[in-house]
Amino acid sequence: MSDEAELNWIGQSVPRVEDERLLRGEGRFVDDLDLPGVAEIAFVRSPHAHAKITALDFTAALELPGVLKIYGGADVVQRIKPLVNSEELRVPPGIADLDPVVKIQPAPILAVDEVNYVGQPIAMVVAESRYLAEDAIELIDLDFEVLPAILDPEEALEPDSPLALLSEEDNIGVHVKHGTGDADAAAAAAFAVVEETFCTQRYVCAPIETRAMAARQDPFSDALMIWSTTQTPHRVRDHVAESLGLPVDEVRVQAVDVGGGFGQKGILVVEELLIPFAAFDLGQPVRWVADRHENLTADAHAREQIHRITLAANEDGRIVAVKDRIIVNLGCRNMVGLVVPYNAMCHLVGPYQIPNIDLEATGVLTNTTFTSPYRGAGRPEATFAMERAIDRLARRLDLEPAELRRRNLIQPEQMPYRTGLLDRRGIPQEFDSGDYPEMLDRAVEMVQLSDFRVRQEEARQSGSLIGIGFAMYLEMTGLGPFEGASVQVMPSGRVRLSTGAPSQGQGHKTVFAQILADALGVNFDQIDVVAGDTSSIPYGVGTIASRATVTAGNAIHQAGVLLQKRVFEHASELLEASPSDLEMNTGEISVKGTPKVKLSLAELIRSIPKLVGGSGSDGLSETSYFQPPNYATASGVHAAVVSVCPDTGRVEILDYVVVHEAGKIVNPTIADAQIVGGIGQGIGGALTEHMQFDELGQPVTSSFADYLMPVSSMVPDIRLDEVICPSPTNQLGVKGLGEGGAVGPPAALANAVEDALGSDAPVIRSGPLTPSRVRDLIRES
Amino acid sequence: MKNRLGRTLNTPLSPPYSESSAHHEIQLHVNDEVVTARVESRLLLTDFLRHRIGLTGTHVGCEQGTCGACTILLDGKAIRSCLMLAVQANGRTIRTVEGLAVSDEKLSSIQKAFHEQHGMQCGFCTPGFLMSLSGLAEQGGPKNDAELDDHLCGNICRCTGYVNIRRAARQAMDLDAVESDE
Repeated sequence: MSDEAELNWIGQSVPRVEDERLLRGEGRFVDDLDLPGVAEIAFVRSPHAHAKITALDFTAALELPGVLKIYGGADVVQRIKPLVNSEELRVPPGIADLDPVVKIQPAPILAVDEVNYVGQPIAMVVAESRYLAEDAIELIDLDFEVLPAILDPEEALEPDSPLALLSEEDNIGVHVKHGTGDADAAAAAAFAVVEETFCTQRYVCAPIETRAMAARQDPFSDALMIWSTTQTPHRVRDHVAESLGLPVDEVRVQAVDVGGGFGQKGILVVEELLIPFAAFDLGQPVRWVADRHENLTADAHAREQIHRITLAANEDGRIVAVKDRIIVNLGCRNMVGLVVPYNAMCHLVGPYQIPNIDLEATGVLTNTTFTSPYRGAGRPEATFAMERAIDRLARRLDLEPAELRRRNLIQPEQMPYRTGLLDRRGIPQEFDSGDYPEMLDRAVEMVQLSDFRVRQEEARQSGSLIGIGFAMYLEMTGLGPFEGASVQVMPSGRVRLSTGAPSQGQGHKTVFAQILADALGVNFDQIDVVAGDTSSIPYGVGTIASRATVTAGNAIHQAGVLLQKRVFEHASELLEASPSDLEMNTGEISVKGTPKVKLSLAELIRSIPKLVGGSGSDGLSETSYFQPPNYATASGVHAAVVSVCPDTGRVEILDYVVVHEAGKIVNPTIADAQIVGGIGQGIGGALTEHMQFDELGQPVTSSFADYLMPVSSMVPDIRLDEVICPSPTNQLGVKGLGEGGAVGPPAALANAVEDALGSDAPVIRSGPLTPSRVRDLIRES
Repeated sequence: MKNRLGRTLNTPLSPPYSESSAHHEIQLHVNDEVVTARVESRLLLTDFLRHRIGLTGTHVGCEQGTCGACTILLDGKAIRSCLMLAVQANGRTIRTVEGLAVSDEKLSSIQKAFHEQHGMQCGFCTPGFLMSLSGLAEQGGPKNDAELDDHLCGNICRCTGYVNIRRAARQAMDLDAVESDE
């Protein structure tokens, strides 16, 4: 349907269809599934950051009643192939021309000899209950020869550093260098140069539902049935089949209700190969649910980066060069390759026109937990470095930071804009659409910047500290290579929509049904969405990287358009009209101009097999895959107003404003909530969250009493505004926005706090801005 | 009342055969039904509710009393069910999220508010918020916004950023009406 006026459901804040069962406590998360006879699994994990296993004896543990089986590394090494997240480790041709280092470091399924982080699985205990499995762990005889552990990523790059992983030659997991122009020459000739170091601390995604998996061999088909918390069910299917040596069609993965993912559930971990293996090996259903300690210490960490950034500008504030040396702490091995380092690199420059760019990223191995993308995947880290550097440059040039930003923005008439860099696919990076000056102007207006400066000065006279901080970012969304949709008219006349992109809370059942309702011409509530069951559609990628609305959304649109064509072809015989003369609204087909004669989809599907001379097929199903031709680049500006208590160091957010641009919006209420949810996570990282290790590599923030998640009092009411620049890269004109909210807060809040502390304050180089940190900053100023 | 599994609440599953800790007979009221069960000493109340009588709406987010996902009402007060043993609930009265709706057709005003204000995304922490607010309502409700906001800090939500949860809570506690009176 090309006629805009007929699009009824897209653009409406349709209330979510997901809610009622969740509100009644009738959701079915992995640990809620009733699997008669299910055995529970617990893991023996390394207590050392780096060690050799010298003893591993299950004898006493196996004698404990209720223990069914214990597997050690030697038991599985020949039976399960080691884990390689191959989709993420692939280097596309254009990037390969940059001559990057991407080491393939397969994760051992269970440690055989060496353990190289605290929390690494050493043995898997299967027992009648989790209680009994944990009893058995107490009885396992384990001993280690402790090896030197390297924890600091910069020390790990020193030539005499201990190795984090003994099989490697050095501690470099990935390395890439990329740029355009001549940044050194431009900086040498520039009026002002700012050189700084900005770091992002280690975070954990920490969805409230931890990672979990249950598996059972189906008694009828022998297929391996897996219920999972994954964001990427088809990848789980492929990896399980590959690792266990099973035909891919004999593995079925279903993402049931999932309680948040944020990236942690977007990559595979070894546990997710071991659970299906145990179900297969023991011939009985098994389940593992990570406890919170496992989630915080032994599941993927994220974000830890060091940026040594140089920004050079002319006297008028035009930035002429940016140079950044990025160090990414990968943890114990290279799990996801260039994803995060390269994402940081190609988003660093943001919405600014900078002719000379020189970037280098090094991913370093340390004896800490492995890392994964986390909402933003390199963008919050890069944005923190760039937006902090811009504020430092503004100080140097004595310019209002918002004004310095304005002078450097890419203009809407420059779209599509090429940066001179390559994007993640290795193709010249091109921003499709956006209006960055308009976004910034609106944010400046919303916070009434000039009035604020007057109030700030008055406040300072009376001894109170208030400040304002801005952060701008881009988000290249709609990552390929594809997503699919299968749509089918069911015998009841209802329409079933299947796609590979499951929801972890984003409301896909609502949003996807809105898109299909418009494309097909049926009622929203006539559609049932199945997202994330590999048996319902053969191929899929999943819900990661702000991609679902773009990739699955457009696949759904395409499939809906195709299905409507089919419907008209079949209905034309019954309605005795040419297909081109038919129309369908609210699920009823009629001839244009004679709306009284109607045929419902239920009537149509029932009639088809009876048609004499029919094609022999039911005809009312279509599958379509969408392959995005380019990224759809969303953008945002955040402005935070804070007060800092000089006595306690407490940062209070007085106002938080976001102007964002994410193309055409399918469901405004859900879209706004995605942004606000991201901001909540960003505020957590800016103010409290910090995953820390002691000098021996023991994680010390291993519960929510120590790893401080944001609570309601930390997140103010957010004021939102939006600019709409439909993406020309897809028919729906949509862009992704799932990650954007999380990208801005660390930079905006650090800028605001530094602004509040005044010109004598030391540079804020890292988060989180806890009261004690801020007190230290005040003391130093 | 039946749970989702089709079993009635008063036919709970037994401890595993191999469970070695002492067993106890307990009797309690759960969502207006009398439940009699045999439980081992160390069984957490969360695990009893979820895996023995099939009330899986009470979720487990930390087992350390920090996240609030497992909040239930015990004798009308909101408590963390992960910090209590099943045997300690002997003789007590429990309400879980499954016992919150007015009927099969009608949600309670608190549940309705979370739907109308989009105060939930993945829905995993939601039962904890609902029960925590139910407990507050049973204690007479919050006096003002500040008291409500303070109360909400007892539960962690990772998806929403809390803004819509606060809106839902205000609607449910009828604070908007209170404010406009002032």
